[in-house]
Amino acid sequence: MAGTHISPTRMQLKREKARLVTATRGHKLLKDKNDELMKQFLEIVRENMKLRIAVEKKVEALHRSFTAASAAMSPEGLDQALMLPRQSVTLEMTEKNIMSVHVPVYSFHTRLAEDGGILPYGFANTPSELDDSVREAGDLLSDLLELAAKEKAASLLAAEIEKTRRRVNALEHVLIPQTKENIKIISMKLAENDRANTTRLMKIKDMVLNQAHNYE
Amino acid sequence: MKIAVVGDYDSILGFKAVGLDVCPASGADEVRAVLKRLMGDGETAIIYITEQAAACAEEEIALCRDRLVPALIPIPGREGSLGIGKQRVKSSIERAVGADIISGTIREA
Repeated sequence: MAGTHISPTRMQLKREKARLVTATRGHKLLKDKNDELMKQFLEIVRENMKLRIAVEKKVEALHRSFTAASAAMSPEGLDQALMLPRQSVTLEMTEKNIMSVHVPVYSFHTRLAEDGGILPYGFANTPSELDDSVREAGDLLSDLLELAAKEKAASLLAAEIEKTRRRVNALEHVLIPQTKENIKIISMKLAENDRANTTRLMKIKDMVLNQAHNYE
Repeated sequence: MKIAVVGDYDSILGFKAVGLDVCPASGADEVRAVLKRLMGDGETAIIYITEQAAACAEEEIALCRDRLVPALIPIPGREGSLGIGKQRVKSSIERAVGADIISGTIREA
């Protein structure tokens, strides 16, 4: 690796080799994780898109029918009719673990104040359009909840995929090549030292023999 | 936990009748203040926001994006869909895959 100094010792060589093994194993694991995340994500996001298109249509229809209802009565009357809802919604949230990404799972309970339907008003002063739109809104609830869960899951998974992909790339294109290069440098340097040592020994052997026996 | 709906009064009135917490807000400052309150209270798990309101609170939405709670979900307001919701799904596809490979393959049902 250019720029930084590494000491060409066997100790360092051992260390770099261990690092390479860890990095390679980590890379494989992260890559597998990313693949699986992607598979799950594509599944969820496809459903998410479908659901969103459907829900948007329904919400727009709901707005239309509310507009129709509000046209048939005064704004004050509408306010009054809807002021005290009879249904209350409590939401329970649990977490699901998809490849160590925690995504929310929602379930909801509706509770009616007393028997007799969801409509919080008497029929005398309200148009029938309002009844329909309130019922429509009630039916929409479970779809909206599913949309929320899917959409949150999709965006959390997307963030995780992005993170994992960066890690995979960093390992693949930076850390692993760097470590390989280091190993190469160290082993070349060690071999070079070895050769230098061998030639020096040969030379010294020659000199010693020469001194002792006057060999030529 | 609670479900909240944020947007202009006319758009969200309908959700009041079914028992969701409606938080009427018009104007960018009001929307932001309401969102800040809902995000801070720790009780609200899902916030549905009309796209018209969502358009003026980009920062808060970005803040929620990578958090588990709350889920900020744009829904069309009374004036119709601005495409922000679909755009959000697309952007998460782009974030994960690098290019939008899904939305072209899904036909409007």
